[in-house]
Amino acid sequence: MRAQRVKAIARKELLQVVRDPRSLMIALLMPLFQMVLLGYGVSLDIKHIPVCTFDREASQHSEALLKRFQASTYFRIVEAAQNYQAVTEALDYGRCKMAIVVPPEFSERLNDSGKSYVQLILDATDDNTANIGLGYAQSVVSGFSNDIAVLYANRQSIVQQNQPVTLQSRVWFNEDLDSRNFIIPGVVAMVLALVGAQLTSLTIAREWERGTMEVLISTPVTALEVMIGKIMPYFMIGLFDAAFCLALAVFWFQVPFRGTLFTLFFTTSLFLVVVLGVGYLISVAVRSQIGASQVALLVTLLPTSLLSGYTFPIDQMPAPVQVITYLVPSRYYVTIVKAIFLKGAGIIELALPITLLSLYALVIGTLAARAFRKRLD
Amino acid sequence: MFGRIITLMIKEFIELRRDTWARFRLIAWPLVQVIVFGYAATFEVFSVSTAVLDFDHSQESRELISRFTYTGRFHVVRTAQTQADITRAIDRGDATVAIVIHPRFAEYLRNGQSAPLQVVVDGTNSNTAMVALGYVDEIVSRFSQDYASDLATRLHGGQDSRIVQVMLEQRPWYNPDLNSRWFFVPGVIATLTLTIVVNLTSFAVVREREVGTLEQIMVTPIRSMEFILGKTVPFFLLGLCLVSLIAAAGTLWFRIPFIGNPLVLLLGTSLYLLSVLGIGLLISTLCSTQQQAFATNFFVVNPLFTLSGFSFPIASMPIALQWLTYLDPVRYYLIIIRGTFLKGVGMAVLWPEMLALALLAAVLLALCVLRFRKSLD
Repeated sequence: MRAQRVKAIARKELLQVVRDPRSLMIALLMPLFQMVLLGYGVSLDIKHIPVCTFDREASQHSEALLKRFQASTYFRIVEAAQNYQAVTEALDYGRCKMAIVVPPEFSERLNDSGKSYVQLILDATDDNTANIGLGYAQSVVSGFSNDIAVLYANRQSIVQQNQPVTLQSRVWFNEDLDSRNFIIPGVVAMVLALVGAQLTSLTIAREWERGTMEVLISTPVTALEVMIGKIMPYFMIGLFDAAFCLALAVFWFQVPFRGTLFTLFFTTSLFLVVVLGVGYLISVAVRSQIGASQVALLVTLLPTSLLSGYTFPIDQMPAPVQVITYLVPSRYYVTIVKAIFLKGAGIIELALPITLLSLYALVIGTLAARAFRKRLD
Repeated sequence: MFGRIITLMIKEFIELRRDTWARFRLIAWPLVQVIVFGYAATFEVFSVSTAVLDFDHSQESRELISRFTYTGRFHVVRTAQTQADITRAIDRGDATVAIVIHPRFAEYLRNGQSAPLQVVVDGTNSNTAMVALGYVDEIVSRFSQDYASDLATRLHGGQDSRIVQVMLEQRPWYNPDLNSRWFFVPGVIATLTLTIVVNLTSFAVVREREVGTLEQIMVTPIRSMEFILGKTVPFFLLGLCLVSLIAAAGTLWFRIPFIGNPLVLLLGTSLYLLSVLGIGLLISTLCSTQQQAFATNFFVVNPLFTLSGFSFPIASMPIALQWLTYLDPVRYYLIIIRGTFLKGVGMAVLWPEMLALALLAAVLLALCVLRFRKSLD
C-alpha cells in the first residue's frame, strides 16, 4: 500500500464531493434536516390529555374527585357529558381520549361498604397514550382515596392509621422522564447511519456510470488503496456531521451529556467505519448510483428506526426479533450513545457493545478491502 | 381520448412487469415491513428486569417481592446483597428497576408506622420507565391496602373497622388488551403506500425525461390531462392492491380486527391515493434526473411520515409542528384507517378527514396539471 496513491484518490473524492451539490446536500443539509425534524417531531411526553367527564352523582365527593383531575397538568377536561351517548360520541369522534364516569351511588357506597369505584374509559387505539394516561389517572384516584380515608377516619374518630407502605421512587439518568433525552441521542445514530451509507454508496457506482472505471483500473492502485482512499474523505465528513449533530443535541435540545468526549469520539469512529463500509460494499455490488442509494436507504432506514432500540426497547421484543437485532450495527451504537449521554458510561462499562461493534467494523472492513475487483465485466 | 389513455396505461404496466426489482419492491418489501412492525414496534412493557435488595428477610418483605414476580411483569434478575450491587446492576443496564427493602420494613408495618420502600428506576428510556413506575405504584398500593385491612381486622376484630377506599375501574375501548400491534399494523398501510406510491409515480415520469422518451410523448397528440391520467391510473390501481395486501396480512396474520365499513375505508383510501399520487407527480415536475427525484422524495416523504402521528402522538409535538400536520395527508388517512379498523366509525365521524383529503388531492392534482401544461403543450 502506498500512501501517495491513497492520498490521490482521497483528494479526488473530496474534490468531487465539494463540486457535486447533491453530495454536499446529503452531507450537510440532511443531518440538520433530520435532527430538527426528529428532534421536534418525535416525542412521547403526554400532557393535557383531553378528558370527558360524566358525573352521575353530582355530590360533594364526586365533584372533589373531578376537581383533582382538572388540577392535574396531565389532564384537560374538555367536556361534561350528561349521558352515556355523549360519552360514546366524544370518544368516537376523537374529541376526548378518556372519559371519567362517576357512578350514581358513588358516595352511598363509600358510606355503606367503604369501597367505591370510578370508571375510566380509555380510547386505546393508541395503546401507549392510553397506558400512560391510565397510570396518571391511577395516581390521581389513589391520592383522592387516601384523603377520603383520612376524612372518614376523622369523622368516625378512629385513630388515624398511617399508610402502611410509602413508596419512594427515584428515577436515575433521566430524572424528569423526558422522552427527548433518550430519543435525540438515538437520532444522532440514525442520521449517521443514513448519511454515511448514502455518501459512500455513490463512490464506486459513480465511476461505473461516468465511465471513469476504465481509467481507475488501468492505474496501479490496489483494492485496499481504493477502499481507503474512497472512504477517508467521507470519514472526515462523517466526523464533522457527528460533531454537528452532537452539538445540536447538547446545546440546542439540551440533552444532558455526562460522558467523556473521548469515548464518544472513539465509538463514533467505529460506527462510521461500519456504515461507510456498508455503503461502499453496496456501491461495489450495485453499479448504478440511483440503485445504490436506494439499496443504501433500504438497508439503513428500517433496521435503524425499528431494530436498534432507538425508540422501541429491544428487551420487550419477541426473542427471535431480539436475535435479529444483533445483526443491526446501529443497535450497538444506539446503546453506546445513550449510555454515554445519560449514564456517563465509559469504555469499561461499555466493553461488550464496543467489542461487538469493533468486530462488526473488522468484518465489514475486511469485506470492503477485498470487494473492489479490477475487472470490467 | 380513452384510447390514448389506455395505451399509456398498458405501456406503464408492461414497464412494471419487466422491472425485475418491482416484484420485490411491491410484494416482498411490504410484507417484510408489516411483519417487522408487527413484531418489533411495541411500546408495551411485558417484562421488567428487576434487581432486589432485601435487607429485612421477613415474611412481609418476601410477600411484597412475590407480588412483583407474581404478575409476570417483573422478573428478578439479581438478588443483591449490598447497595453497590444495585447501583452496578442499574448502571450496566442489567436491571431496569431495583427494589430496596428497608431492614426494619416488617417492624414498621407491624407497629403501624409507615414503612418506606425504595424503588430505583432506570429512566434512560422514559417511556418504559413511566409504564414500569405505573405497575410498581399499582402493586405497592394494592399491597398497602391489603395489609391495612388485614391489620384492621386483627386489631378491631373486623367489626367497626373499615378501610375507606376509592378504586379505579379501567375500560380500554377499541383495543381492550392495550396491544401495540393494533395501533401500528393498520398504520403501516398508510406509510407504506406513501413511500411506494410516491416513489413509483415520481420515478415513472422522471425516468421518461431522463431517457428522452418524454419528448417522444410530447410530439404525440396526447393532452396533459390524458398524460396525467395515463400515468396515475395504473399506480392508483396498484396502490389499491397494495392496501389490500397489507390489510389482508394484518387481519389474517396478526388478527387485527376490522369492525368498520370496508366501503368507508375504500373511499378514504381512494382519496388518500389521489393526494399521494399528486405529491409524486408534483415531485416529478420539479426534477429532471432520477437522482434528484430520489433526494426530493427523501426530503418530502420523511416529514410526512414523522408528522403523521403514525407512532408519535401529534398532541406531544410543539404547537407550530401541530399546525403543519394539517397539511399532511397521512395524518387524515391514519385517522380513517384506525377509525374503520378499531373504532368501527363511519362517515358521520370521518367526514372532516375525507373532506380534507379530497381538498388536498384536488389542490395537488390541479398544481400538477398546471405544471405539466407548461412543459407539454
